[in-house]
Amino acid sequence: MAEDMRPVLHCTGISKFFPGAIALDEVELELYPGEVHALLGENGAGKSTLIKCLTGAYRRDGGTIRLDGEEIAPQSTQASQDLGIGTVYQEVNLLPNLTVAENLFLGRQPMRRGFISPRRMRDMARETLSEFGLSINPDEPLSAYSVAVQQVVAIARAVALSGKVLILDEPTASLDHDEVELLFSVIRKLKDRGLAIVFITHFLDQVFAISDRATVLRNGRVVGTRLLGETSQTEIVTMMLGRQLESRIHDRAPAEAGKTLLQLCDFGRRGMIDPFDLDVREGEVVGLAGLLGSGRTETANLIFGAVQADQGTVLLRDRKIGLGNPRAAIAHRFGLCPEDRKTDGIVGDLSVRENIILALQARQGWFRPLQRAKVNELVEAYIKALDIRLASPDMPIRLLSGDNQQKALLARWLATNPDFLILDEPTRGIDVGAHAEIIALIEKLRENGMALLVASSELEELVAYSTRVIVLRDRRHVRELRGKEITTANIVRAIADETVEEPA
Amino acid sequence: MKLKALLIASVMALAPAASMAGNMTVGFSQIGSESGWRAAETTVTKQEAENRGINLKFADAQQKQENQIKAIRSFIAQGVDAILLAPVVATGWDEVLEEAKDAEIPVLLLDRTVDAPKDLYMTAVTSDLVHEGNVAGQWLVDAMNGKPCNIVELQGTTGSSPAIDRKKGFAEAIAGHDNLKIIRSQTGDFTRSQGKVVMESFLKAEDGGKNICALYAHNDDMAVGAIQAIKEAGLKPGEDIKIVAIDSVPDMHLAIAHGEANATIELTPNMAGPAFDALEAYLKDGTVPPKWIQTESRLYTAKDDNMAIYEKKKNLGY
Amino acid sequence: MRQTLRSAFKRTTPQLLILAVVLLLNFLVFPDFFSIKFQHGRLFGNLIDVLNRGAPTALLCIGMTLVIATRGIDLSVGAVMAIAGAVAASLVVDGHGWGTALIGALAVGCLCGLWNGVLVAVLRIQPIVATLVLMVAGRGIAQLITEGTILTFVNPGLIQLGAGTVVGIPTPILIWLALGLAVTAVVRRTALGMLIEAIGINEGSSRLAGINSRVLLVCVYLISGFCAALAGVIVAADIKGADANNAGLWLELDAILAVVIGGNSLLGGRFSIIASLLGALIIQSVNSVILLSGMPPEFNLVIKALIIIAILVIQSPTVKHALYIIRASAQPIVPPETPKELKESTQ
Repeated sequence: MAEDMRPVLHCTGISKFFPGAIALDEVELELYPGEVHALLGENGAGKSTLIKCLTGAYRRDGGTIRLDGEEIAPQSTQASQDLGIGTVYQEVNLLPNLTVAENLFLGRQPMRRGFISPRRMRDMARETLSEFGLSINPDEPLSAYSVAVQQVVAIARAVALSGKVLILDEPTASLDHDEVELLFSVIRKLKDRGLAIVFITHFLDQVFAISDRATVLRNGRVVGTRLLGETSQTEIVTMMLGRQLESRIHDRAPAEAGKTLLQLCDFGRRGMIDPFDLDVREGEVVGLAGLLGSGRTETANLIFGAVQADQGTVLLRDRKIGLGNPRAAIAHRFGLCPEDRKTDGIVGDLSVRENIILALQARQGWFRPLQRAKVNELVEAYIKALDIRLASPDMPIRLLSGDNQQKALLARWLATNPDFLILDEPTRGIDVGAHAEIIALIEKLRENGMALLVASSELEELVAYSTRVIVLRDRRHVRELRGKEITTANIVRAIADETVEEPA
Repeated sequence: MKLKALLIASVMALAPAASMAGNMTVGFSQIGSESGWRAAETTVTKQEAENRGINLKFADAQQKQENQIKAIRSFIAQGVDAILLAPVVATGWDEVLEEAKDAEIPVLLLDRTVDAPKDLYMTAVTSDLVHEGNVAGQWLVDAMNGKPCNIVELQGTTGSSPAIDRKKGFAEAIAGHDNLKIIRSQTGDFTRSQGKVVMESFLKAEDGGKNICALYAHNDDMAVGAIQAIKEAGLKPGEDIKIVAIDSVPDMHLAIAHGEANATIELTPNMAGPAFDALEAYLKDGTVPPKWIQTESRLYTAKDDNMAIYEKKKNLGY
Repeated sequence: MRQTLRSAFKRTTPQLLILAVVLLLNFLVFPDFFSIKFQHGRLFGNLIDVLNRGAPTALLCIGMTLVIATRGIDLSVGAVMAIAGAVAASLVVDGHGWGTALIGALAVGCLCGLWNGVLVAVLRIQPIVATLVLMVAGRGIAQLITEGTILTFVNPGLIQLGAGTVVGIPTPILIWLALGLAVTAVVRRTALGMLIEAIGINEGSSRLAGINSRVLLVCVYLISGFCAALAGVIVAADIKGADANNAGLWLELDAILAVVIGGNSLLGGRFSIIASLLGALIIQSVNSVILLSGMPPEFNLVIKALIIIAILVIQSPTVKHALYIIRASAQPIVPPETPKELKESTQ
């Protein structure tokens, strides 16, 4: 990156306001031809807002964008594309039913005597694709190829249309290792051709593998730009989080045998999960491990009454109870943070305040409203305790970032003072910092005597906080790991139906 | 039955087979019961049939043409002697009327006509809407007798043929009488409540009603609603504001009897009477009726025994 | 309390402005529009007419707002009005007192609401379909009760509800104001409003948070039926007769429109009954412009449509956003660092 080179894209003072929040605050970004520039930050730091301002999807509220030294103000993604800024998103936005060639040339098909010439289009497509190192049949429908190939076709199309700046928004999120390599080889070719590439990802290893420089955003501001050859992962992470990352995994305290809280006997539902027995004690975290679709979420939902069990008995403190619906479960002081926060957890247009008190209020009944002063006290306490970052508790919860939404949902259940809390994927889609906080919270709740059931696909995480781990496979509870048996290796073996290594 | 006089007798060379009116079966496809007048028409038709010893088969179409077509086909299948049809719309009847013609069953239209070749039905018994408006206008011309008078008009549903024709007839009647002037005209949708609402606004807009001398309403229901509005504004309907409307529904006669309205023109619910007369004459000696039998548009004023009419009409289903 | 008033005022600002503009339009076509006299024992004037004639729509939109907040819709309110009017009229014609007639009509209205509620909440039929059943059948039921006639009555107590006055103010005005305030107070002073909004925004999440959505859904349809019945009684009392064919005809659409003009989303969620009531007054004021303008009735619907389109365009997200930008650029934005509540509590 020679100092005397002129930036192809230069943004200065980019600002964007949303009602009640500043999404971008005087952001500066320089892109040089032939560089791969990583854009990093936690969720909600302003990465996607910045991209949307650059591509004209959002109208920026301040600042200038210069492309090749000339000021531009694209009003739409189409306009920015025409100017030379192409974007490829994580979800490929091509037409899967059309052929590869048609997707490449849609809207600019080679013509011959007023008609589209399929042969020329095919030849041109083949030529273009080979430049990207792809030898695929351009006459096949796009859907016949893997996401990685589709990704490359999308890039090829974007480059052909634009050709100055290419923005890749989490292109590797759903790719496996080999596919990432394929994509990276394409990126390197484009880099050699002098394109400026913006690369957005959550994977730090990939950033260091492919990028030249990185700009880190936090809370809508630029924390700094670094040459990656002169920095370390730790520095980048520290910039992202704004503090030193604490040791992420705590030593697991030995399981204290509390009183038995809940006993499920022969509990299940046909077609959903095979009947199982499960005891949960106070001061215990029971982990649920298993592959996607193995029955983790089903187990959680069944115990909470979100779906009704069709057999089995439930004893709560040795007394038989029914769990016909969530209301019944909540009445028995259960709580559930669901897997899909957006559709099953938050009530998007209600304020954070209302979301936090929702379950408590629902349990009290509509005719006994919570006192306003008590609500404020409660909400403030949880915002502080869980470090929920927001402009005001009166803002709609949908405007919060994913981690803060998750924390607000935890607050909702903690406000009901539950005896038994079920967490389904509590750390999914959550950035590193909040991740550690949630794990610490689980530890703390357990120490205070709460019983927890946590389903997660993150094995290290399960190992970190579980006192017991139930392993599921094909909608069956297949194995229970206790004490020192709980290691990632053992969980993997149990999932894969191998013998578990006995602790030494 | 003055209407018999309207029938122009003509002798047919081909005399139909003798058929006793006494055991005649007639099918009647009615539109529905969307208004009080419609209900009264049904009641009167049933009474007329009973009085004549006619076996009436009644079918309520609930405002749907396909139901009427179905009913007519079933009448044909049953081999009735004649069919009465109050058509819900004007078009789309050719095919089913052809079928009736092929089966040699005469069809008589009540209350409304259809857009079909004239040889497909025997006759249509309807009132003359323009004439009704004309009678109303003429009454006001006579009642005012040259004195200046500002009229407000409550129109029927915008675009409906009664609204258009009754407006036209009234305008024709008062044309040339410079003392009569329509100062406001607005739709009251043929309903009591809209009649009241619109009259309220007329009263406000015309100096609390002091500027209004007469009300012409396209139907009695709107007039009845307007009477209430006039009373609530502290004026005397029938005196401070003269009221003339059309239809002759029982409540209007009651209002006239109480001096709260002045005149109404009858839209007779007895369309079946003249139709049966024509049918009987035809079956008896082959008298072919004219293609259009116009019912009488009779004017009722305070001079008539309105209480008696009210008592007589109130059980007809208005 | 003052804060709630302030936020209510902020929420209804667009509706208040639109109402002011439409009233001004009335004034332009009829300069005497704002004059109110006291004559013959009652307040007399065009403004009074707007308030009085807006009563049926206003009453309907109270219930409709709640139904729409749950992401539902109640098409049957017009038909329920006809049924309630017919029930009230037939009861007084049979010699019962007006109190019995009123209670009977309201009970029947609640029953209709219960029916809708059960179809929607228990049988899970889509609201538009579920309430369509009663919309179609209801008018037939009303016709059966009145036997197809306009059932007239002379009971002074019942007539008082629609055409009478209390200290010079037409009774319907007092009724809709009272019910509007009462329902607003109930939904906002209890948690009912928040729970209804939660259901409308995300029923799945609400259920998992322990909200009894079934009971609440039945409740809102019941309230809607009650409001419709009250409107039906008023309309019948106003003309001293139950007109099963025409009472409340198409009024469900005006009620829905009032809710929309009130800035409430048909997709459910946040609602304001006061804004809906202002919407009802806006519609009635538009009707008033048309009546006072003296234009031929052929223009009625065109004028109404033009005014309504103008109102909806002004309220559209795009235009709103543009206005927001204009306002925002006029004044510097203060970064919202500390929430207001926190600041207050630390002082």
